[in-house]
Formats: sequence, structure tokens, C-alpha cells
Amino acid sequence: MKVSLFVTCLSEMFYQNVAKDVVEVLERLGCEVDFPRGQVCCGQPAYNSGYRKDAQKAAKQMISSLENSEHIVTPSGSCAAMFKEYSELLKDEPAWKGRAQAVADKTYEFTQFIVNVLKIEDVGAEYPARATYHTSCHMTRLLNEKEAPFKLLKNVKGLELIPLENSYDCCGFGGTFAVKMAPISEQMVDEKVRHIEDTAANVLIAADNGCMMNIKGRIDRKGKPIEVKHIAQILNTRVEGRI
Amino acid sequence: MAMKIGDKPFFDRVDDALEDNFMRNAMAEAQDGLRGRKLKATVEDEQIGDWEEWRSAGEEIRRHTLENLDYYLNQLSENFARQGGHVYFAETAEDATRYIQDVAKKKNAKKITKAKSMVTEEIGLNQALEEIGCDVYETDLAEYILQIDDHDRPSHIVVPSLHKNKEKIRDTFRDKANYTGTSEPCELTAFARSQLRETFLEADIGVTGCNFAVAESGTISLVTNEGNANMVTTFPKTQITVMGMERLVPTWEELDVMINLLSRSAVGQKITTYVTNLTPQLEEDSIDAPNEFHLVILDAGRSNALGTEFQSALHCIRCAACVNVCPVYRHIGGHAYGSIYQGPIGAVLSPILGGYEEYGELPYASSLCAACTEACPVKIPLHEHLIKHRENYVEKKGMTAEKMAMKTFGIGASSPALFKLAVKGMPAVLGPLVKDDSISSGPGPMKLWTSVREFPAPGKGNFRKWFDDHKKGRNQ
Repeated sequence: MKVSLFVTCLSEMFYQNVAKDVVEVLERLGCEVDFPRGQVCCGQPAYNSGYRKDAQKAAKQMISSLENSEHIVTPSGSCAAMFKEYSELLKDEPAWKGRAQAVADKTYEFTQFIVNVLKIEDVGAEYPARATYHTSCHMTRLLNEKEAPFKLLKNVKGLELIPLENSYDCCGFGGTFAVKMAPISEQMVDEKVRHIEDTAANVLIAADNGCMMNIKGRIDRKGKPIEVKHIAQILNTRVEGRI
Repeated sequence: MAMKIGDKPFFDRVDDALEDNFMRNAMAEAQDGLRGRKLKATVEDEQIGDWEEWRSAGEEIRRHTLENLDYYLNQLSENFARQGGHVYFAETAEDATRYIQDVAKKKNAKKITKAKSMVTEEIGLNQALEEIGCDVYETDLAEYILQIDDHDRPSHIVVPSLHKNKEKIRDTFRDKANYTGTSEPCELTAFARSQLRETFLEADIGVTGCNFAVAESGTISLVTNEGNANMVTTFPKTQITVMGMERLVPTWEELDVMINLLSRSAVGQKITTYVTNLTPQLEEDSIDAPNEFHLVILDAGRSNALGTEFQSALHCIRCAACVNVCPVYRHIGGHAYGSIYQGPIGAVLSPILGGYEEYGELPYASSLCAACTEACPVKIPLHEHLIKHRENYVEKKGMTAEKMAMKTFGIGASSPALFKLAVKGMPAVLGPLVKDDSISSGPGPMKLWTSVREFPAPGKGNFRKWFDDHKKGRNQ
């Protein structure tokens, strides 16, 4: 199956290892991965802050560079959800609206693609640890993907997954919100970190680099001994012979 | 304007709230309780079938009503007037209070009892009536507590005294009403009841809000738990009901759906203790009903949203389900919003009713997590409205540093070459700040980030180059 990676700007700038893990997992599961060079940022920072026109520029660039792909896969539920906004964002430009919808229709978040398109729930990974999982708001509510990560993690050998209290509450990232409303964001991420600590997990797993950047940033600042991993990093631990 | 709470700027209000640990614990506890109760009465209640279908029905009813608002308002007022009621359309809050003052003067009213109503808070009715010498008595327990506590303001549209617990209420009763009992809720309630009993009997006018008005019969429907609204609408000879102009349903069939959605979403009850339906079938010598009934239908900025992208904000049925799931409200409480309408719906509605000058910052008090949109029983896309507000807000503002940054973003994001350059340049720009693989103290906007948390060091390699090498390796 042919897959184009939409890497996201956060992954490309800060979390290249996550991007590599995504590529390797997809290839291991039989996909042919390419990387369209014209891709930029999905435009969400501008869109969410009210700069519609600037977001439209990013959207058009993304549509142009990815519309020839068969499947578009991204390690961020939030960025995938932004693609779903494109046809609304470009609703006044008939020439673009349809193209926007076509791109949105073939875009998947990484775990969603593995479970719902590849129909694989056991990728043959092994990760012995006590972990908990942070459900990202945009992935669960805007992309409406609540199950895929759990289906995959359930089959990771050695992984003990502890439920997270108030898991549906936002971690306080919210893009520019974290900076614009820093004092409120601080309280939100603190509550999230408290709940993570309550699970006594050694590892926090998430599927969105934005949330991870926020939660890890706070965990590290407070000097807590908890690792933060993207789900691709967990899934790219291979048990020989299982797959 | 009476919708407004406090005079401090937004961030000062937020700081005050964040320092109030008592209030914050109360909010978190209340939210957890209300969320659980709502789930039990909605998605987890097998008796009602698919909750999503109820939501869709609610959305459809509200959309249809608002799309035909002029028709149904006309029908409502004709049916109300035909039965002897008086209808007054108030364009502004001042028009509404002036009309009600006039009624009170004509009736030579001294004592006025009130059932819980946010719309009368919105128009500042108590103050307007006190100005002409009336004594106004709030009879909803939560509103009574706020009133005797030096006119404290509501912090939640359904549970206005959410920021107080039973010990605080005991202290208020002691300080303001010579209460000598304990903090036991039953004892506190009995005390308030004894204080209010005589007042109910003596009141000249009873004032209520309106959960829904039924257009086909000219009926006002009130959804309550304490029974005080029945007292307010039974004893006084004159009744005045104030309703937002959007708060109506076409027929009793839709009322049934809406009351289910409201009581289940607001307080997790299948039905509230009382659902009181009042139609002005007036008899001159009635001993248990008013013989004069005024309906004040209020615009006060609502028509700003009609026919615009914000129209669905008027679908709101004031259940506060969005408030109860909001992680921002959880930490800053109601007063920090500076409006009697708080939480996500407050951040959407307050700028529509009161303008961006006063409430322009509220739409930013959200991480756009969309918990509100998911919780709304009539499917208002609240987080999308918040984005629309932001679009309007930045359009009104002149050139700011943020606008410059976003313009630069737009240019960078539409040019792959520039974007690549930005990614490549990141390590050089941020490199000097990195220590132990992260940045603890950054300049400019990064300062606000690093005041709370570490910022990641830029990745060391070049992903695009890695990808090329990786592909070459695989293809060999």
C-alpha cells in the first residue's frame, strides 16, 4: 500500500526520531512510504488564532503537495483533524474546496491508519513497562478516533497500561493557548501531571507531539522520573519472528 | 451593564481566581459530580435509547425554531395576549427594566419575589427595582445565598453559588441573617425556607425567567427543583416573566424533547422535581393565581447573531453541560469570565451580547479542546464559534506583533523552500539556548512557555536527508 508521510512541523523540527519510527513501522507493515517535499505546516496555529487568510495559504500549499497521494498518514491526530477543516476554510473558493475535501478524505492519523485501513492490531512490538496513555482532545473529539491507540497498545508485549484519571481533560497545550493563557495552561498541565503520577507509571504514551511537548516540558521542569513517548516509538520495538 | 462581573482586567481576574484554592477545589469537585450525573442520565441510560439521536433531535428543533423565529414569536405573543396576558418586546435591557419598573409603579408594588433567572441578572432587574423603592427577594436557594451575601454574583448558570460550600453558607447566614445553626444542608435550607415563607405570602409581584415558551399555546415552562417558582407564580396578583427572545419551542411535543435534554444535561435528572407550565388564563377573583401576567421578550443583542455564522449560539438552552466539562472553567471558576454567562457558552455569548470591547478576550480562554462541543445537548459547535470570534477580534485590531508573526507564518507556510530553511535554521537559532537537551529559559514568546515548562531542543539531524538515505538503503 502506498503511503505519503505528512510529518508535521513539530516532528520535523523537534521529534525526528518519532518521524523515523513512523516510517519504519509503516514499512514493516508492508507500506511503501514516500515523503512529498512540498509539505509545510498544516496551518493550525494561524487558524486557531483567528488568522484565516494566513491559514488558507498553508492549506493550499499542503493540498497541492499531497493531493496526488494514495493515503496520507501523520503522527498527529490534531494535524490530521486540521486537514478535515480545509474544505470549510476554503469554502469560498470553489476551485479549492473539492480538492481540500479529497485530501481530507484520504488523511489518517498514524494509529487510525494501522487499525482501520491496514486492519492490523498487533504490530509485534514489545515494550516491558508500566505505562499510561494520554488521549489527545483533537484526535478523540475532532477526528473521532477513540479506539485505535488502545487496540494497538493492548497487543504490545510486556506493556501494562494503567487507566488515566480524567483522561478526557485537555492537558493545557492548545497551541498558542499555552503561551497566551500561560497561567491557566500551567494549572491544566499540573493537574494532568498529578493524574499521571497517580498511576505510578514510568512512561506516558501519547499520539500527538503538541500534547507531548507540553506534558513532557512540565514533567521535566518538575524533575519527575517519567518518560514521555510517542506511540510510534512504542510500536517500533520489534519482537523477532512475531510478524 | 449587569451582565458584567467586576471591573478588573481579564488577567487580574484570572490571577485572583488561581489564588483562590478553596474556589478551585469546589469547582473541580462540582464538575466531577455533575459530569458523572450527566453521563448516568444520558449516554449510560439505556431507557432513553441512543443519546446521540436525542442530541440530533434537539439540534433540529432549535435550528427550525430559530430559522422561523419571527413566525413563532408572533404565534407565542398572539396566544399569550389572546388569553389576557400582556406582551412586551424589549429591544434593550433598559427597555425591559423600564417596562417592569412601570408595571411595579402602577401596581404600587413594595415586595417582589423572584424565581431563579439568569436573564433578569443579565438586565440588572433587581437593581432597577430597588431604585424605585421595591424590596426584591430572591427565592431560589442559591440566588438567596448570593443576595444576602452582599449581592455576590453567580459563578455558574445552573448552580449560581457553586463557588461556596456549606461552611461558607453557614457563615454568610450567621453574619447576615442572625443564623445560629450548623452547616448541615437540611438545617441551612430550613432556615432559608423560614425566612422566605412570609415573603412569599406578602409579595405584590412575582418575577420569573423562562426555560421555554410554547408558541402554540402561549405557555411559559419553568424547570425547577425547589418549588419556589410555584410559590412565586401562585401568591402574587401580578406575574412578570422575562424571556430571551430565542427561548421558545413550537409545540408541546418539542417541549417534551427539550425538557429531557435540559434536565438530563444540566443536573443528571430524568426530570426535575417541578416542571411548571403557566398559561395566562386569568380570572379576576382567582385566589391561587395572578390576575395580571406580563411577558417581557428580550432582544438585548440577540438579534446580532441572527442570520450570521453565530446564529446557532442562540440554540443554547442554558444547561451548562459545556461549563461542567470545560477544563479552563475548572481552574478559573465563573467570576474570572467577568460575565454572568461563563465557561464556553459564556465566551461565545458574551461578545455577541456585549461586544468585543468588553468581552473580546474570552474566546481566547479556551484551549479549543472541544469538550464543550461534544457535551452540548443541542450540538452547538462551540469551539468553532470561539475561532470565529478570534477571527473577528484580530480583524478589528490593528497591526500587532502577533499579526506580523502570523503574516510571516503565512509566507513561510506557502513556500516549501522557506519552510525548509526555517526548519534547517532552527538548531542555529535555538542552539545557544539549549542545555541538557532542552531549553529552560527562552526569549520573546518562548519566555511564557519556559516560565512553566521546558522547551525541547531542536532535533539534531535533518529528517529529509535521513529519509533520502533510508530510501536509498532500502532500494539497494
